[in-house]
Amino acid sequence: MKLESRIYVGVGVFFVLVVVIYFLWSGDSGNSIFLVASALLGIMPGLYLGWWSRRMSPRPEDREDVSLEEIEGAVGYFPSYTIWPFVLGIGVFLTALAFVFGAWTAVIGMGFVISAAIGGTLSSKPKAMAHR
Amino acid sequence: MTIAPERMEELESHPPNHGSEPSGIYKWVTSTDHKVIGKNYMYTALVFFFIAGLMAELIRTQLFAPNNHFVSPQTYNELFTIHGSIMLYIFAGPFVFGGFANFLVPLQIGAPDMAFPRLNALSYWLFLTGSVTMLLGFLTASGAAAFGWVAYAPLSDSTYSPGAGPDLWIVSVALVGFSGIFTAVNLVTTIFYLRAPGLTMFRMPVFTWNMLVTGILILISFPVLTAALVMLYADRHFGTHIFSVKGGGVPVLWQNLFWFFGHPEVYILALPYFGIITEVLPVFSKKPVFGYKGLVFATLAIAGLSTGVWAHHMFTTGTVLLPFFSAMSLLIAVPTGIKIFTWIGTIWRGNLDFKTPLIFAIGFIVAFTMGGITGVMLASPPIDFYTHDTYFVVAHFHQVLFGSAVFAGFAGFYYWYPKLTGRMYRESLGKWHFWLTFIGFNITFLPQYLLGLRGMPRRIAEYGPSDGFTFLNKVSTVGAYVTAIAFVVFLYNFWISWRKPIPAGDNPWDGHTLEWATSSPPPSHNFHKLPPIRSLRPTWDMNHPEHADWKAHQEELARKKSKEREAAL
Repeated sequence: MKLESRIYVGVGVFFVLVVVIYFLWSGDSGNSIFLVASALLGIMPGLYLGWWSRRMSPRPEDREDVSLEEIEGAVGYFPSYTIWPFVLGIGVFLTALAFVFGAWTAVIGMGFVISAAIGGTLSSKPKAMAHR
Repeated sequence: MTIAPERMEELESHPPNHGSEPSGIYKWVTSTDHKVIGKNYMYTALVFFFIAGLMAELIRTQLFAPNNHFVSPQTYNELFTIHGSIMLYIFAGPFVFGGFANFLVPLQIGAPDMAFPRLNALSYWLFLTGSVTMLLGFLTASGAAAFGWVAYAPLSDSTYSPGAGPDLWIVSVALVGFSGIFTAVNLVTTIFYLRAPGLTMFRMPVFTWNMLVTGILILISFPVLTAALVMLYADRHFGTHIFSVKGGGVPVLWQNLFWFFGHPEVYILALPYFGIITEVLPVFSKKPVFGYKGLVFATLAIAGLSTGVWAHHMFTTGTVLLPFFSAMSLLIAVPTGIKIFTWIGTIWRGNLDFKTPLIFAIGFIVAFTMGGITGVMLASPPIDFYTHDTYFVVAHFHQVLFGSAVFAGFAGFYYWYPKLTGRMYRESLGKWHFWLTFIGFNITFLPQYLLGLRGMPRRIAEYGPSDGFTFLNKVSTVGAYVTAIAFVVFLYNFWISWRKPIPAGDNPWDGHTLEWATSSPPPSHNFHKLPPIRSLRPTWDMNHPEHADWKAHQEELARKKSKEREAAL
């Protein structure tokens, strides 16, 4: 976890350095905003990961000498197949087309999006979690 | 750590669910398996590569002779716009970070799937629908977008580019962009949280490292593009004046926003292909990768620098800080040079096996080095002022992008083809494919450098007979046709290996990384068993216990200790 956090913090620190140099040199505030936002994008997840890494012991994937016997529990829940991402994708597509062809495609599209939201939520009930 | 972990250890197996699994088209539509989605991405991207390649052939045919009227100027503008847009947004990026990364990253880190399988499926559907939207423009009355893949303001506003075509372009790029952001979130989370036990960050294959860095770059840059597209749409339809001088807006702001996405985008397209090359070279040289940590840090350095160079596309606007952006652009040559040296170091004195993936990888190094060096030239403002918007730039970025997306892309495709399908391609056809591509590619793009230096501008549909561009354009067009033939050879190879399959076996190349430790194609949820991970090359360690990397490492440690002891005595 430590290294993961350092990568993000590194991104943030890099942008802080660049924005300082760039702003002092050019005085250009518009583009400096990009760089400040990018610095935040690095620092926020970096500090979050770092905060956790200080509070937990190294995970099996952070240790070089771990043996597989030490590992317990499920890796995660992985659904095998579901129609809802497809329905949602079509819905988003039709909704987006409204920006070109008018609101009527969005009406159809939102129908798909709402049904996908309902269907996807229902199919995520713990009972469906047969996989580990 | 003295016990030799030679035996295979059981990973907790996942309860199979084969009985109720769908098949055929229903499987294609409903699958959340990263392997199916990865293949969908690859095949879709290849179809669009074919379509955009066809457009390139039409463009080259138009330029074959002076004052040619093969297509109208308007159609020509649409063709180069959609050619560029498909190649950059739909082929080169999604082919690798949607296709290869989806298929390979979970396999390389020993994970059962991506971290968010359903989000992954949604990414694919947004990508597919977005890609189709790009083509829909040709069906509208006013034609497809015709402002180039960069959509510069004010050309892209509603006065100069009216109609539905440009709006479809905006929607398409936004959909594909969202798909890319979702994929990036998925990749970064998968790499951070789903690695197999013992697979520390510095035991990850370089391909996975590069995909992680690419993911972070996507997260930095794609939202900026989406925001810029929203502003462009607002300017076109809601009467805002963000990019138009009339209402107090700034047209050059579009260029800043676009290139803040666009330059990292170039590295988003290149870094994953660097990763592919770094996987192919060691396996076919029978050596471990040379300078692993150097490669990782070079990747991070390239990614960092790539976000600070966007305005080198805007030197001639006169509104940017030339020395800053020039210096940052020149600096990128350092980590890129490190990469090229480590690749050469990897094959140096190796036991080279000149199979198709290796020759494509070497072709990549040649093409990319040429394109990269002209990139260093263009990073210098005086040269850029002279060559800006000429065919010199066209030749430069085609060498870089064709070099990575096509040469490295096919190196990876041939290398992992046995893993993707369980079948072997035909070696001789693969070599034909390479040589035709390599010759066609160089005949197409090397003359364009000269055309650029002679002053031929980009994006012109016609040139005059007395301009002195005729001969080199003819050569370039012939090269483009040769490249097209190469693609036909590839399709035939693909087809014949599908019709008359030769089983490849699980590990035909004696590969090093985890994906070669499972069956070809891998079972659902990837691994029945995982080999112990004690080094960078777990599959090599498992297959060659006498030469295992962790053993060599241990011996080295022991030697160091005994030396220290001697010194102490």
